[in-house]
Amino acid sequence: MLNEYDISALLVTIKLASITTVILILIGTPIAWWLSQTRFKFKAVIEAIIALPLILPPTVLGFYLLMTLGTNGPIGNFLESLGGSSIAFTFTGLVVGSVIYSLPFVVQPLQNSFSSIGKRPMEVAATLGASGLDRFFTVAVPLARSGFITASVLGFAHTVGEFGVVLMIGGNIPGETGVLSIAIYDHVEAMEYGQAHVLAGGLLVLSFVILLFVYIFNRQFSIMRSD
Amino acid sequence: MIECQIKIELDSFILDANFSIPDKGVTVIFGPSGSGKTSLLRVLAGLEKTHNGFLKIGDSIWQDSENFALTHKRQIGYVFQDTTLFEHLNVQGNLDYGIKRSSNIEKEFIDSILNLLDIKTLLNRSTAQLSGGEKQRVAIARALLIKPKILLMDEPLSALDIKRKQEILPYLDALHNDLDIPIIYVTHSPDEASRLADYLLLLDNGKVIGSGPINNMLTRLDLPMSHGREATSLVEAKVISREKEFDLMHLDFPGGEFIVPDNSLPIGSNVRLRVSARDVSLTKEKQIDTSILNIFPAIVDEMVPEGKAQIMVRLKIKEITLLTLITKKSAKNLHLKNGSKVFAQVKSAAILS
Repeated sequence: MLNEYDISALLVTIKLASITTVILILIGTPIAWWLSQTRFKFKAVIEAIIALPLILPPTVLGFYLLMTLGTNGPIGNFLESLGGSSIAFTFTGLVVGSVIYSLPFVVQPLQNSFSSIGKRPMEVAATLGASGLDRFFTVAVPLARSGFITASVLGFAHTVGEFGVVLMIGGNIPGETGVLSIAIYDHVEAMEYGQAHVLAGGLLVLSFVILLFVYIFNRQFSIMRSD
Repeated sequence: MIECQIKIELDSFILDANFSIPDKGVTVIFGPSGSGKTSLLRVLAGLEKTHNGFLKIGDSIWQDSENFALTHKRQIGYVFQDTTLFEHLNVQGNLDYGIKRSSNIEKEFIDSILNLLDIKTLLNRSTAQLSGGEKQRVAIARALLIKPKILLMDEPLSALDIKRKQEILPYLDALHNDLDIPIIYVTHSPDEASRLADYLLLLDNGKVIGSGPINNMLTRLDLPMSHGREATSLVEAKVISREKEFDLMHLDFPGGEFIVPDNSLPIGSNVRLRVSARDVSLTKEKQIDTSILNIFPAIVDEMVPEGKAQIMVRLKIKEITLLTLITKKSAKNLHLKNGSKVFAQVKSAAILS
């Protein structure tokens, strides 16, 4: 049913989405925490920049990434001057693009759940002898659990579904940067509707199951907490 | 002593906390809402930070021009106004949170605190399964279990209804009697203040306007608490005998003997009596044919007009101070002036603890 190309696209997609999600949680958590706590004057500017991928056409983002990461771009140049090579059209480039593209989907749910905890539980933890980092991991993180679940799922699913950015900086190299969404596009271009159906339908069902799981889990979590 | 000299600018006002209070017993911080009571507690806890200032509790300096001890290093027990149990932990988990981060917390000590607050049966419950009063008891136990150097309580009863308040108050009395750490208790309720305080710190508009032993503060005519219909005095006394025939108790105090209805306290118990200024009247001669049992010789110490028709009189019965509210007309008829010898007739006295 799935040919070799499809299977490699599936594997690349899963690998890309998993790595991206892990990186996003690692860098999104401190950003979200900072945004939820800070009284920084230009906080709105930072929030707007992080939210940009929500409304920008992915091709715009992909275009600028290509310009910066490519051989003639500032980061590409810098990497080459170090003796490396440009990361455009590589898996690493895809990860960088995906992280930027999906950042708001991770930062916003985390920021919301951190904000809804309020200052009080952290103050209580401080009076009970917990240092800053200690109370972050033992109070803020567990209380923001549903935010972490939502953030991970949205980050993962959004990365699986990206197309424009991947098209611009990925280059669709099988086994390296060829992902599912582009494979579907290729099948449609080649009039292989049967193949396209398998992949598209598979993604549809997978997405539904993931979201269903999240909603059921979050619901059980909230019921568990309120009885 | 607890010494504090901290001036800090907060969102809406400036708190000028300059005072020293004893480092034992219960000090109540009293004042109208918005006077900075909660902010003062937060300053003591290190939750509000300012760089210049001085704060010393007993031997430990928590803040001076060079050092600022962070909240988690101060070893304080803090009971917040709202219930603040961690929702992601059950009762046991909440109690353990502080214990795990402290040293030398013995099993016997934990047991004694759990018994003091009567929460042994609640340990396996989730926080959502507790009533408001139970939550506050767990919060108090959690704060005490870290063996704090000082216990800070921010209106711990204000979120509770009258019934729950009555349920918690005996536990607070127990804290007062059983613990040898200082307790700083914020309230705007005169009832709680007169029941629990040994020492009172009056706060108004961010400034400390007076501090001293509770009865001095209640009866100082230059301070707001000695005025109005709620003006009261406190008398510390001890149960010495009972009169079975009439169901009465005799209480000994430095000015003589109070006779009050028996409330079955054992002989030898220390009690605190509250006497409302409206329940004290004055005579020049000691009345013989009167229904009033509690009559004491007294000396007029100070008089201040109270509204148009009345005068607040501060009496001395030996070293005990008592307030009475009388009319200007009576004061004139009795030729009252400072130093006049009178008899104070106390119509009723409430036992507080």
